[in-house]
Amino acid sequence: MTEFFHMGGYASFVWSSYGIAFISLLLGVILPMRTNSATLTRLKGRFRREQIQAQEMQDNLQDTQEKTS
Amino acid sequence: MFSAIWKFIQKFSSPPYFYQISNKMIPWLAVIFLATLVYGLYGALITAPADYQQGDSFRIMYIHVPAAWMSLFIYMVMAVSGAIGLIWRIKLSEVVAICSAPIGAVFTFLALITGSIWGKPMWGTWWVWDARLTAELILLFLYLGILALYSAIEDKRTASRAVAILAIVGVVNIPIIHYSVEWWNTLHQGPTVTKFDKPSIHIDMLIPLLVMAVSFKVYYVMALLMRCKNEILVRESNTKWIKEMVMK
Repeated sequence: MTEFFHMGGYASFVWSSYGIAFISLLLGVILPMRTNSATLTRLKGRFRREQIQAQEMQDNLQDTQEKTS
Repeated sequence: MFSAIWKFIQKFSSPPYFYQISNKMIPWLAVIFLATLVYGLYGALITAPADYQQGDSFRIMYIHVPAAWMSLFIYMVMAVSGAIGLIWRIKLSEVVAICSAPIGAVFTFLALITGSIWGKPMWGTWWVWDARLTAELILLFLYLGILALYSAIEDKRTASRAVAILAIVGVVNIPIIHYSVEWWNTLHQGPTVTKFDKPSIHIDMLIPLLVMAVSFKVYYVMALLMRCKNEILVRESNTKWIKEMVMK
């Protein structure tokens, strides 16, 4: 087992290569996943605000119609 | 027959359909990636015999070579889908082109850094300015330039066209990288797998290499779909189907 980790004296070279590759590939999926959920939350907020605004506009319109009639 | 293929392409390239299919495919791709990765790593680190000249340091090859292959492969995917977007204005191919760039950049970076780490014990230096290494470094700059150009232009459809042109011009670098070890005298060793006669590498060393290459390809598709999903969300955020999907 120690022989395996020793890598015939090249341990630091071999394991640093594999380590860097591992971290890079891991970040390559974690970052897009995080951006994706952030985008979804942002869009949800935006659509909700738009809904509320549309509702308010309709209410205002109804108010003015009632006053003028 | 031809119209059936065309219909399939049209259906598949419509953003809502693509988004749905991606959601279904990503977990499967993750499983295939992990399975091939474990099998490949087992072969690369345990069953493959140590090299008679390089000892165990040659095991860096199982990251270095597939990453270098991917850096070229992804560039070609990016350039071709960029060209398709440029000619036929297919939205999805624009998305595929730009979403490939960061993944390609990561693989190029990996090829360079692991090559450097391999070069230190074998060549006695981290870096030399020879043809193969310099051309691969230019590839990294091409990827980074494409990403910078895309983020600098506000309108994403215009940005996609600019990026596609840059990517197509950059294709000239790909054969230079591939043939650099034959055209110029270099420290970098010549091809041992991708040549026309029999590969000059032992089968026990070759199989893990091919498995790792498959694994990296699956990883690319998976990461690409993840990135495309987000890009579609942003680009299509004013459409009805996105609104319905997000609000439900």
